[in-house]
Amino acid sequence: MATVSLDNIKKRFGPTEVIQGVSLDVADGEFIVIVGPSGCGKSTLLRMVAGLETITEGELRIGDRRANDLEPMDRDIAMVFQNYALYPHMSVAQNMGYGLKIAGLPKAEIATKVADAAKLLQLTELLDRKPRQLSGGQRQRVAMGRAIVRAPSVFLFDEPLSNLDAKLRVQMRLEIRELQAKLGITSLYVTHDQVEAMTMADRMIVMNAGRAEQIGTPLDVYERPATLFAAQFIGSPSMNVLEVEGRDGALWLGDMRLPNPTGHIGPVMLGLRPEHLTPDPEGAIVMQVLLAEPLGANTLLHGKLATGQGFTASLPGVHALSHGGETLRLSISPANMHLFDTATGARLG
Amino acid sequence: MAREITGMVERRGFGLWLTHLVMIAGVLVIFFPIWLAFVASTVTQPEIVRPPMPLWPGDQLIENYTAALFAGVNVPVLTMLGNSLIMAVGIAVGKIIISLTSAFAIVYFRFPGRNMFFWLIFLTLMLPVEVRIVPTYEVIAGFGMLNSYQGLIFPLIASATATFLFRQFFLTIPDELAEAAHVDGASPMQFFWDILLPMSRTNIAALFVILFIYGWNQYLWPLLITTDPSMNTIVMGIRQMFPSGDDVADWPVIMATSILAMIPPVVVVISMQKLFIRGLVDSEK
Repeated sequence: MATVSLDNIKKRFGPTEVIQGVSLDVADGEFIVIVGPSGCGKSTLLRMVAGLETITEGELRIGDRRANDLEPMDRDIAMVFQNYALYPHMSVAQNMGYGLKIAGLPKAEIATKVADAAKLLQLTELLDRKPRQLSGGQRQRVAMGRAIVRAPSVFLFDEPLSNLDAKLRVQMRLEIRELQAKLGITSLYVTHDQVEAMTMADRMIVMNAGRAEQIGTPLDVYERPATLFAAQFIGSPSMNVLEVEGRDGALWLGDMRLPNPTGHIGPVMLGLRPEHLTPDPEGAIVMQVLLAEPLGANTLLHGKLATGQGFTASLPGVHALSHGGETLRLSISPANMHLFDTATGARLG
Repeated sequence: MAREITGMVERRGFGLWLTHLVMIAGVLVIFFPIWLAFVASTVTQPEIVRPPMPLWPGDQLIENYTAALFAGVNVPVLTMLGNSLIMAVGIAVGKIIISLTSAFAIVYFRFPGRNMFFWLIFLTLMLPVEVRIVPTYEVIAGFGMLNSYQGLIFPLIASATATFLFRQFFLTIPDELAEAAHVDGASPMQFFWDILLPMSRTNIAALFVILFIYGWNQYLWPLLITTDPSMNTIVMGIRQMFPSGDDVADWPVIMATSILAMIPPVVVVISMQKLFIRGLVDSEK
């Protein structure tokens, strides 16, 4: 159990700066999810914390020690890999106990610790099996077990669920979260799946192109995205972004007049979440519906605005679509309108 | 297309007979000389030289083989078998150790000139033993290793082929495995012993078979550096049994020696075959 602090961590491969200064203080027992599209540097950041990549600049502290130059093993961390990385020729028990064996613990003690961890993860019956005899979910659990056995201060997860099918992923998501809460071990979890990020995180870091776009609780990021990127990355279906102009105390999208919550003047980016739109005969947004995707609980309506921009609305219940070209009027509460600077993408107001 | 394949698998009637006929004929053609050698090793010298040559085993089996094993022509065959065994095992084990460690270095360590070293090793693949045999002889003679096991084994140990094979195999092992071991606190050598080596088991077995036979069948090199008959290996030793001049060749003993020379490689192939077929069936990666 420990805090982790990243102070302006940077990583350069030759002249390219892949991590451009990330700072973060992780509290003891906190579950942090690092989320972003592929290539944003999230795995590199995690690997720097693990000690698998060197830190070019900045300071990493685990507990009260500077960890920049420590070997992975001395950092008191355990890592769960995307492809599980189980040793194929070792049994489940040997896989879980390998780290302890290296550390030179007596055999009896290793056996007890492995048995305890196996019990926690319901792996007791599988201890003698080889990894290839296990299902994907079981392998994932063994990988978790290998991490737990060492009783580390920090868990590091590198996209651990991306190789599982959708149903198992939901189940393992809950299991990992429960286990982490039970053990109270500080965790860093990398994923590209924003649903995992939303559901699991105490706080999340939205990363893009080597920068932390926003650090905050999932609801914080959803309700008050700090940048246009964070706004579009979090939320499904993703936010509609329109270029509008503020004048005469309103926002103008072509000749559609929308309320102006910040009183901004001049061109500005307006973000509207599809699920915040409501049908309204008086609504200012006029959308031509081209395609309906019924999901049961709600229906996604895809279409375009009079200005020609694509637009998506998510309405509760089932909406049958009469043969194409239907026109729908929508409105949105000013509280749910997000404005971003046209040039920098930073949140306004 | 699909029909042709089922046809091949479920060939019946005439087709079945034809394929077996061709197969049996092929086996007979290959097996006949070995059979003749075996027959010749069980009869007496006069029976061999008097035409027609016998086609069925005689009654001298035990006598001929005893003579070959314990007396031989220049040196007992048992000694030559022992020499060959030491050389073949030495070469196979040595090559495997050297190429495992060099492939490990090339794949898992970043050091200056890493690629250059790999290509240098790879280049030597293109030079057959015969091309560098004179300088190699010079070196071995300079070290005083003529007529010794070291002299028989060392020059043949470096192996670009095996290094290349292990390199290719190591490259298929996911990096995450090395990283997991790193996080588990394993040193590079612990990773090598505990993870890489057990995973390479089947490759090692397959290579051992190939390299053992390669070592066993060495002819030119042992011929050059062993002048003392007690250091002869069996493959070259058979040739040494032919008399120079007008002496009569002792064919039954020579043939018995040939048969004996075949046995160890056959045993190695058959016993190791099981191991690497099992390795192929439940491949673990």
